[in-house]
Amino acid sequence: MTDLLTLSGVHTHIGRYHILQGIDLVVPQGQTTMLLGRNGAGKTTTLRTIMGLWQASSGEINLAGERIESRATPDIARRGVGYVPESMAVFSDLTVKENLVLAARDGPLDDTQLDWIFGFFPALRRFWLSRAGSLSGGQKQMLSIARAIIEPRKLLLIDEPTKGLAPAIVMALIECLKDIKRKGATILLVEQNFFAARELGDSVLVMDNGTIVHRGGMAALAADVPLQERLLGLSLEAHQ
Amino acid sequence: MMILSGDPPRSRVLTLILVVIILALAATPFLFPGAKALNVAAKICVFAALVASYDLLLGYTGTVSFAHTMFYGIGSYAIAIALYAMGPNWAAVATGIVVGLPLAALLALAIGLFSLRVAAIFFAMITLAVASAFQVLASQLSWLTGGEDGRSFQLPELLRPGTVLISKSLFGFEINGRTLTYYLVFAVSALMILGLLRVVNSPFGRVLQAIRENRFRAEALGFRTVFHLTYANCLAALVAASAGILNALWLRYAGPDTSLSFSIMLDILLMVVIGGMGTIYGAIIGATIFILAQNYLQSLMGVAAKAASEAGLPLLPGLLHPDRWLLWLGLLFIASVYFFPTGVVGRLRGGGGDKKAAAPH
Repeated sequence: MTDLLTLSGVHTHIGRYHILQGIDLVVPQGQTTMLLGRNGAGKTTTLRTIMGLWQASSGEINLAGERIESRATPDIARRGVGYVPESMAVFSDLTVKENLVLAARDGPLDDTQLDWIFGFFPALRRFWLSRAGSLSGGQKQMLSIARAIIEPRKLLLIDEPTKGLAPAIVMALIECLKDIKRKGATILLVEQNFFAARELGDSVLVMDNGTIVHRGGMAALAADVPLQERLLGLSLEAHQ
Repeated sequence: MMILSGDPPRSRVLTLILVVIILALAATPFLFPGAKALNVAAKICVFAALVASYDLLLGYTGTVSFAHTMFYGIGSYAIAIALYAMGPNWAAVATGIVVGLPLAALLALAIGLFSLRVAAIFFAMITLAVASAFQVLASQLSWLTGGEDGRSFQLPELLRPGTVLISKSLFGFEINGRTLTYYLVFAVSALMILGLLRVVNSPFGRVLQAIRENRFRAEALGFRTVFHLTYANCLAALVAASAGILNALWLRYAGPDTSLSFSIMLDILLMVVIGGMGTIYGAIIGATIFILAQNYLQSLMGVAAKAASEAGLPLLPGLLHPDRWLLWLGLLFIASVYFFPTGVVGRLRGGGGDKKAAAPH
């Protein structure tokens, strides 16, 4: 299995803060890699650094064999990286349709792809011509995900998609992401919800203080409660 | 609907107001005799286009530029200098257009590429600096621009007031070169506003709106925002320069006070805010309200003060004295911003949740 994304010794500074302190990770092609860790561990900064929204101060980022750490965000996006930021990042002044047309970069919307998305998120069909700003939190998150998958992407970077959502919507989201996986997508998924991580992850990376402190199979971590407590529980206690 | 690029006013009252304004402007030469009414109408047409082009920047991309009057001035001076130097002929008009428009677009391109990649405040500061420098330059290069006096020039024969196209005996009113110039101003302004409406409702316009809301998010979708913003800046500059050309043709004059002054920039900002940002239609409403108030408030107050004085009312005649018209104009603007924070168009549209037909909830 080839590695689609590789980070080697990546450091990121935000102002005078040294957030990522030498990240080494691989995201294998066609797999879902979970990125877990407490709040402030550097998970979101990792995704933003890959996306070029924060410039890596040192280290290498390879996407499909090409170095991208010095590239601008639009170039990285055009190389097939879809990014779903946390906090329901939709364009509120545009309609649901316009949000999706924008994500397809003004190419025609694929009806089959749309029907597939509507199958998981029927609300998007109902509110097709409504302003995205008038949607509920869950619907905004659905739109945010739909925007990333409206076109086939090489790699999806998804940041806490289940955050603040009702359980029923979380289940719909998990089913959607499972289906995206079945279609062969490669995903790097940041998640705090361990149930969702167990359902979706093939492999797992646990972060703490800007470094990767554990890497392995998701199933192995899910089966090993003491390890979970040591990695996630201890980590939480240490920072309370 | 096609002509409005699928973006109708979306309010009955707004539609009615726009129809009344457009019909009144179209019929001004016949409905309102006298030079003042025609001057006011021409100024409304020119400023509606100028303000709409500023709305493309401020309302659709969230970019604050202080260089808009500079582009307006480039258009004005280009046509004035060409007609002054080459004489009143159509070749001079063509030269003014061929020199003025590309010059404005090139300057906008340079400013955009140089400063739109940095934070919005730097762009605002750079445009302020460039516009100030241009104003000083126009004043200093008096051999070319006429300095503080500006340049007066003659129009080609066809556009002169003395050229009678249809005599009064035929329809009861005369159509002369001045009427033709007015309709040229009216038609070109209308075309530019319709063109801007087409731009903001195109896929490019959607990207601009996305950038306004969150530039990084738009970049994460793969849009090179610097190019989009620069392109919008160039388009706005082209329309502003064209409005400047129309204004100079109408006034037969270009000078610092009529085309470059910062008070014009302030007027444009007020018109955008009063009309409603990010609507294009707001430019027509804002320009009409502002220019009518600027031109008729003083005389209206004179009538009101006289009536109050004749009725023997205390205090009121003094408050409504025509010399205090600027105070009332200021109060009018404060009231309009207070009562219409989203502008007249935003208020009339009701800040609606849906852009077209409501989707079933």
